[in-house]
Amino acid sequence: MTAQPMSPASPTSPAPGPPKAPAATGTGRRRFDGARRLTYLTLLAVAFFSALPLYYSVVVASRDNAALADVPPPLVPGGNFFANVARVFDTVPFALALANSVIVAGSIALAVMFFSTLAGFAFAKLRFRGRNALLLLTVATMMVPTQLGIIPLYMLMVKLEWTGTLYALIVPALVNAFGVFFMTQYLSRALPTELLEAGRVDGCTTWGLFWHVVLPVARPAAAVLGMLTFMSAWNDYFWPLVVLTPENPTVQVALSTLAAGYVNDYVLGLAGTALGTLPLVIVFGLLGKQIIGGIMQGAVKG
Amino acid sequence: MATRAPDRPAAAPPGRPVRARRGLRRHLVHQLDTRASPYAYVAPFFLLFSAFGLFPLAYTAWVSLHEWTLLEDEHAFVGLENFRTLLADDYFWNAAFNTLSIGVLSTVPQLLLAIWLAHLLNRPLRAQTFLRITLLLPNVTSVVAVVVIFSQLFGRDFGMINWMLSWFGVGGVAWNEGVASSHAAISVMIMWRWTGYNALIFLAAMQAVPRELYEAATLDGASGLTQLRRITIPMIKPTIVFVVITSTIGAMQVLAEPLLFGSYMVTGGVDRQYQTLSLLIYENFTRLDFGYASAISWMMFLFIILVAGVNYLLTRRAKGGLT
Repeated sequence: MTAQPMSPASPTSPAPGPPKAPAATGTGRRRFDGARRLTYLTLLAVAFFSALPLYYSVVVASRDNAALADVPPPLVPGGNFFANVARVFDTVPFALALANSVIVAGSIALAVMFFSTLAGFAFAKLRFRGRNALLLLTVATMMVPTQLGIIPLYMLMVKLEWTGTLYALIVPALVNAFGVFFMTQYLSRALPTELLEAGRVDGCTTWGLFWHVVLPVARPAAAVLGMLTFMSAWNDYFWPLVVLTPENPTVQVALSTLAAGYVNDYVLGLAGTALGTLPLVIVFGLLGKQIIGGIMQGAVKG
Repeated sequence: MATRAPDRPAAAPPGRPVRARRGLRRHLVHQLDTRASPYAYVAPFFLLFSAFGLFPLAYTAWVSLHEWTLLEDEHAFVGLENFRTLLADDYFWNAAFNTLSIGVLSTVPQLLLAIWLAHLLNRPLRAQTFLRITLLLPNVTSVVAVVVIFSQLFGRDFGMINWMLSWFGVGGVAWNEGVASSHAAISVMIMWRWTGYNALIFLAAMQAVPRELYEAATLDGASGLTQLRRITIPMIKPTIVFVVITSTIGAMQVLAEPLLFGSYMVTGGVDRQYQTLSLLIYENFTRLDFGYASAISWMMFLFIILVAGVNYLLTRRAKGGLT
């Protein structure tokens, strides 16, 4: 289970974008240019090492095992990628795994978006006894190492006869503390109280307010939350490994079967890895700006 | 109250009693709605967390007091017997050591690096978005993928890392055989996956620090490093404390990295060189010895509270005034 860290900090301006470059003063410019070049170089080096392993996995995945023995190692992709991918599909039920992962991560993401917005609305804008205490309790649960309860959780799934099924993955993950906190943060800032009062005057019930007023306002943040949740559900490994069988795996379980069963077949392992990782990496590359904005906003408590 | 439609007082006199009663009912329904709905809306989280988070954790304590395997229906109550066995179990202490060692090796450099990177990013730069996206790329990669990739990179014969080390005359390190080398390799995997993420969390906190503080410091001639030490770090301390705690809790529970690095060996290497506590629990789980595995879980829970508590105090008390 991935812990979604968030952290308290002092209030921030709502726009986390980088401050625009101030006009460098005439005297300071030359001195800062040297320091700035060093900053760029360092950051580019870090970016390089962040991307390198992923790039190299594609290189290996598109070659054959013989090429790995070359000195120096191969540094550009070869032409074997699709042949290796075909081998992955022959070795493990990868199509089923992909379908399972899409179903699991998709339904978890939708449910988390819905329930978190609902609870976030209540915490941010409704008055009720014990609200602050309950919100604090919600945040505190993020610190509980629930992974330690995995054995009774498994026993529970045995009782429910959910072992080996996707229910075991989906149901416990339908809503989480991070999502509730994230939406509370967003709605308390972005949802004007006047809008809710106007809705009340028009005779809306609380549910009506949620449906007609809150949901439209919550959409941008909920979308970010959905993407974050989808990614972490897609990448979740330990619980699926425990509760599923190799015959009905998610992508991560299938990948670990591949990596464990064919230890010296790096090409096969990395072809599967590329297949299971690249879709997410590409989506992330396209929507990364919003996702990062979401992570950083979730990190700051107003 | 606010639901009353504005035209209500204009109702015709003959219909009044009926209207009044209907009004009362609407009033009650409205009361119920405003009073009860907030609880209904936050209930799903609490129900779900109780059922699938808290209950299992608490039940672990109960199971740990039994001779409990999945195969039998009868579970004999043995009191603290499992814990007694545990404290005399070398595998347990070995796993505790490995967990602590990997935890320190991965967390300390990671957080220092993350603060420094956030500091570098916290200034007007071109290509901010590009840099941030690449920084977070490792975190989007799954644990399984990370370990598969790094196992290849750390390979003894054809691994890229040994190839690079050979330039400096270091020959064929068998990364997964030694204690230190395997801990280092696993820590690198954890660091690679989490440094960028934590850097962004720190960056978010840094952007909330008032600009004027830096401007004043610059006027006073304080260097970048001094500003980092004297302004930034004290100002983002709550975030640092939080990240330290969550990272500690995460590091104490490391499982997938050692499991997959040893190509799925639940012992974490032939000589248990890198078996962590989580992995020891999993080993006993796969042997269906739930009672013993639960006892380890409960010890680990205490262990986590202890380590997180110590870290909390250390971070809180670390120097850096201004507040």
